Amino acid sequence: MLDLIWLLPTYPLLGFLALVLTSGRLPKKIVGIIGAGSVGLSFLTAAIIATQFLAGGEDYFVKEVWAWMAVGSFTPGFSFYLDGLSLVMMLVITGVGFLIHLYATGYMADDPSFSRFFSYMNLFVAAMLMLVLGDNLVLLYLGWEGVGLCSYLLIGFWYTNPANGYAARKAFIVTRVGDTSMAIGLFLLFAQLGTLNIQDVLHAAEAEWAVGSGLAIAAALLLLGGAVGKSAQLPLQTWLPDAMAGPTPISALIHAATMVTAGVYLIARTHILFEIAPSVQLLVAWIGLITVLMAGFIALTQSDIKRILAFSTMSQIGYMFLALGVGAWSAAIFHLMTHAFFKALLFLASGTVILSVHHEQNIFKMGGLRKKLPVSFASFLIGSLALTAFPFTSGYFSKDEILLAALEMDGPGTILWVGGVLGAFLTGIYTFRLFFIVFFGENKGHVPENEVGGIHMNGPLFLLMILSLVGGFIAIPVESVFSHGEVHEEHHVSTLIHGFMIAVPLIGIVISYLFFYAKIFSIEKLMSIPISQTLHRFWFSGWGMDWLYDRLIVFPFLWLSKINKADLIDSFYAFIVKFARASNAMIVRTQTGYIRWYALSIAAGLVVLISIGVLL
Amino acid sequence: MESIPIEHGLILAAILFSIGLIGVLTRRNIVFVLMSLEIMLNASGLAFIVAASRWGHAEGQIMFLMILTLAAAEVAVGLGLIIQMFRRYKTVDINELSEMKG
Repeated sequence: MLDLIWLLPTYPLLGFLALVLTSGRLPKKIVGIIGAGSVGLSFLTAAIIATQFLAGGEDYFVKEVWAWMAVGSFTPGFSFYLDGLSLVMMLVITGVGFLIHLYATGYMADDPSFSRFFSYMNLFVAAMLMLVLGDNLVLLYLGWEGVGLCSYLLIGFWYTNPANGYAARKAFIVTRVGDTSMAIGLFLLFAQLGTLNIQDVLHAAEAEWAVGSGLAIAAALLLLGGAVGKSAQLPLQTWLPDAMAGPTPISALIHAATMVTAGVYLIARTHILFEIAPSVQLLVAWIGLITVLMAGFIALTQSDIKRILAFSTMSQIGYMFLALGVGAWSAAIFHLMTHAFFKALLFLASGTVILSVHHEQNIFKMGGLRKKLPVSFASFLIGSLALTAFPFTSGYFSKDEILLAALEMDGPGTILWVGGVLGAFLTGIYTFRLFFIVFFGENKGHVPENEVGGIHMNGPLFLLMILSLVGGFIAIPVESVFSHGEVHEEHHVSTLIHGFMIAVPLIGIVISYLFFYAKIFSIEKLMSIPISQTLHRFWFSGWGMDWLYDRLIVFPFLWLSKINKADLIDSFYAFIVKFARASNAMIVRTQTGYIRWYALSIAAGLVVLISIGVLL
Repeated sequence: MESIPIEHGLILAAILFSIGLIGVLTRRNIVFVLMSLEIMLNASGLAFIVAASRWGHAEGQIMFLMILTLAAAEVAVGLGLIIQMFRRYKTVDINELSEMKG
């Protein structure tokens, strides 16, 4: 049965092919069955494979399906590698992916491009599975680019609006910066170690490179570049908020639950490489922490429901990076899983809210939706609690593990811990700010008649609610993957510190409550102070990162292209074209169409040739 | 019997060939062009015969037979084309058929 692991990406790929080749001619019902069903089949297969694998007790399992190419010693194959890490990833992708597909059959029901939507979604799932199951970095890179392509296609799904196309291009180009860095990293690894099989690379790197050697640092840095691009971490984070232009199920699947965590997966997968480059590993922690805080402050000021969730996604992935940086590999993967549950829940619920209020996304034009939208209300309540790490929800366990691991780290551990706790505080405020503004208070504009839904939209919400609540009790089988130098699970901290960590997000929630529900503190009064206005503007613009990148990269590029409008290099090729055109115009004149003229030329040519022959 | 000197034969062939060529180049009626082509073919045939008789070889005569068959085939195709051309364009003037210019 384990041999059938190749079926996992094959089902969605077949679904994609079926939908693409019929190009929208199938009835919507059948499209829905193919689109969601193929992912469902993948999930069933994954579940069966997972139980067999865990029962078998092996550490890993490799299945080579066929050789891809063979050039000298470069022989990547279509071979799949299953261990605890890829097991967790494949279950999250197919499981959460299936629920989101199911939800999307309802959410997208009125869209004329229903079939196109599901074909892209299926292609995405296939590529994502390829990414996490590939046993060599080339196959991983294939999946990596595949999910990037699908992300581009789906952000720009409603392509008639130019803004969506712009957002799609921005996402594609910004992640491309990271992808290029990663590709160079792969070249470096292959040139130095002679293989791209992940396990061989890791073993060879460990054997050949000293801890902290230049090559190890370079390789880890280049891979990190790819990871920050995909996972929207500093400094390549600017694309994620704009990516919210896509349909909401896309935001849930690609830009919250799965694709953006690919960077976390990559670092966890190649963790040995980061262990022999401790300075880069520390950098990972700092990037994570700074992103946690930056995104947290930005989320405090946003007004678009999806953008708030996008910044919270950035911030939560920051926590995963923090965990990776302090060597708590399994905590990072654990948080990846629980985050997939509750963030998918939040996004899908926000989708229901947006549909119910007729595509309004500004939270200040909602308000008081609690009674009208009970399912979304429950989803948001549970999702927000899990997101803020309310005790015994799924997010509590994973975030707790991360912060404790940071605290136990020597050196900067305490600073990282303080930053992480501050981030948790911010999370409490911004999450419940959204919650109170949307679901309580008076309605300001959009009164929904009734909640959009149905079994295929509410069913996934209920399942995700359960997962968000109890997901923390799932034990992920990754010990064998990270047995090597893992920060150990036994955390010895005083109950005081533990209590403090539980209390901080709760204080955040209370502050939010006082501001946005009880109105004891007034936000208007706070905004009347000049400094808070400036800060608000600054945070609202995302710390001016877009502004900065415009000045640093976009404007110089535009300026260069402007002064080089008559392209210097192009003019050489333009000359070749002009020359060919001119010769053509000249020779075309001999083509008179008069047969006697041709006969004369033949005779004259003959005379010339013969005279040359005679004379010489 | 006194044989005709080879030069005479060749000069005759050259004159015939030139007449044919001039006919091809100057006539506008395609029937005459075709006839001129026949003259050119026969001129070359004559040259072969003369040369063969000078050196006493049979190949020249074989070549002449080939040219004869070639000319017959060419006339069959050429006349067919002329009939088609006349049907379609109601003319036998080849200058009228100059649409294929660059």
